[in-house]
Amino acid sequence: MTQPLNTYRSGPDETGHFGIFGGRFVAETLMPLILEVEQAYAATREDPSFQEEFDWYAKHYIGRPSPLYFAERMTEHLGGAKIYFKRDELNHTGAHKINNTLGQILLARRMGKTRIIAETGAGQHGVATATVCARFNLPCVVYMGATDIERQAPNVFRMKMLGAEVVPVTSGTGTLKDAMNDALRDWVANVESTFYIIGTAAGPHPYPAMVRDFQSIIGEEVRWQLAEYEGEGRLPDTLVASIGGGSNAIGLFHPFLDEPTVKMVGVEAAGHGIASGEHAASLNGGRPGVLHGNRTYLLQTDDGQIVDAYSISAGLDYPGIGPEHSWLHESGRVDYVAITDREALDAFQLCTRLEGIIPALEPSHALAQVIKLAPELPKDHVLVVNLCGRGDKDVFSVAKYLGVEL
Amino acid sequence: MSATLPLEGLPAQRVETRIGRRFAALRQEGRAGLVTFVTAGDPDPDTAFEILQGLPAAGADVIEIGMPFSDPMADGPAIQAAGQRALKAGMTLRRTLDMVRRFREGDAETPIVLMGYYNPIYAMGVDGFLAEAVAAGVDGLIVVDLPPEEDDELCLPAIEAGLDWIRLATPTTDERRLPKVLAQAGGFVYYVSILGITGTRSAGGDEVAAAVARLKRHTDLPIAVGFGIRTAEQAGEVARSADAAVVGSAIVDVVRRNLDEEARAKPGLAAAVHALVGELARGVRGAAEHGDPAER
Repeated sequence: MTQPLNTYRSGPDETGHFGIFGGRFVAETLMPLILEVEQAYAATREDPSFQEEFDWYAKHYIGRPSPLYFAERMTEHLGGAKIYFKRDELNHTGAHKINNTLGQILLARRMGKTRIIAETGAGQHGVATATVCARFNLPCVVYMGATDIERQAPNVFRMKMLGAEVVPVTSGTGTLKDAMNDALRDWVANVESTFYIIGTAAGPHPYPAMVRDFQSIIGEEVRWQLAEYEGEGRLPDTLVASIGGGSNAIGLFHPFLDEPTVKMVGVEAAGHGIASGEHAASLNGGRPGVLHGNRTYLLQTDDGQIVDAYSISAGLDYPGIGPEHSWLHESGRVDYVAITDREALDAFQLCTRLEGIIPALEPSHALAQVIKLAPELPKDHVLVVNLCGRGDKDVFSVAKYLGVEL
Repeated sequence: MSATLPLEGLPAQRVETRIGRRFAALRQEGRAGLVTFVTAGDPDPDTAFEILQGLPAAGADVIEIGMPFSDPMADGPAIQAAGQRALKAGMTLRRTLDMVRRFREGDAETPIVLMGYYNPIYAMGVDGFLAEAVAAGVDGLIVVDLPPEEDDELCLPAIEAGLDWIRLATPTTDERRLPKVLAQAGGFVYYVSILGITGTRSAGGDEVAAAVARLKRHTDLPIAVGFGIRTAEQAGEVARSADAAVVGSAIVDVVRRNLDEEARAKPGLAAAVHALVGELARGVRGAAEHGDPAER
């Protein structure tokens, strides 16, 4: 349970805990399987041929490295810190999600698994999973809340074109958390054949660590890419990333956690405002609990019943958060703030007009925080924000919100 | 753990507990037991209590009470829906404990096992929950999402508080893992006879017999077998090799079938549940007449 005090990067411990968070809270049926994934991943991450294989597909299939881009007009407009965008929205399939699905499907292949399942909320992780399943010719079943299927018709169609079966989830409240419950139920019933590709840095150990490792390519690239602009050895001063489950944020933050000069800000979705009760801010508006295999901050009632999250951004409305974030929150290493729908929409429009980049609503939350931070910071302050997804998928909801008929 | 009967280092039953006494009595009668599962507060707190109160007379030997949870990952559609109905009707963990307390006023002998997920207990606070559970007359706990790897959370404090920690074993629990799973087990072992969620399929009699024999090599605790038992005949088949048959989804289905369009209990709902339990009990008892108790 103890982490050495001089590092934030050694977690989780051998039982999968980050401080008190994380762990393996799953039914006995799944336990042998979780241990099998843990062993397989531990062996694989030490295997140079796995890293080579991952790097090859990352470069030629995903299109990595994604550029680090100096957002000159936004910097001028805000009049403070130098703002850089990490352009993970330029990845194949349009978000950071594929970094993780690539890593996990390569592991699944090595484990001899013949069937892939996944959960999805907005559909981005579902699309990224269906994509690698098509590429590696594995059958793919994606669980998606019935209400989300209605809201995200284009992504549902994309998954189907990619050959995936999309299963509507009506249990519970028919949203992302229920999709994850149903995926876990599927896994329990099909333990021999199936690998569950979890979409965020949450779930039972080893998933939070494994997803983080695959996403850490984001931060690792930032480290060397910044040299081109700022000279050798220059570290960023502030990192900003949006958080639903928190995989893009941990991917950006983790390589820098032990650099004491680097400040980090995770941005949760405040929806209609924390006080309204309609939000997705687990750290700012929840408390610790146990769900989906790990202890972490959760949105819940006094009786410990899980409450649905709300955000304009379907990718952020998850009532939990990755356990490592809960630990980084309590240890004070990372600041976690919350941005409302309205603030995110304003940032969405500003970025689109100033930079010619339509961001997804998820990173628009991070951009809104940048809009708050940058003007207060000196001009030589280097601020990197993760543009973790592109906004094409969101134009309909933005139009609706702005009252525009398409 | 001074109360255990040490048998070659195997987890053994504590005879002075309600669960221990009940299984000892069943052994004397030469028959297997019937464990019935009902969800607390389904479809509403009053009807649920009426169901609970009548279960022993209907033939239930041990009662499992489901603690409703919003996200029951290991349960099938029937028990998920039962939990949703109960939550909608205002059920909470505290009310579940109240229900046990009331039940105990009229029944001092039938063992009560609470079954559910960790988060509501964690939200209430482990110490407070255990104190209230013991005071209410709870005998054992089954917490689905607490495997042996998380024993420090609730298992060890529960044993300390005097409750039996009932462990689930599954077809995926292999020989290497069984000792770990059984290490802190008390009361009985709940063998989940199929891979999957509650109420979906059922295993064959031979499979069950083989699994029970395998478990018996590792423990002297009684083995209760569940998941997928729907009829008196199936219950009887399981009872031929196991020490008890567990029935859940089939009972919960009777609740669902006796609701009106607004999901309110129709008159006679509790009687319908008790009728099914009576049938299942006859199935279990019938098996004993044909089976050989010595082989159990």
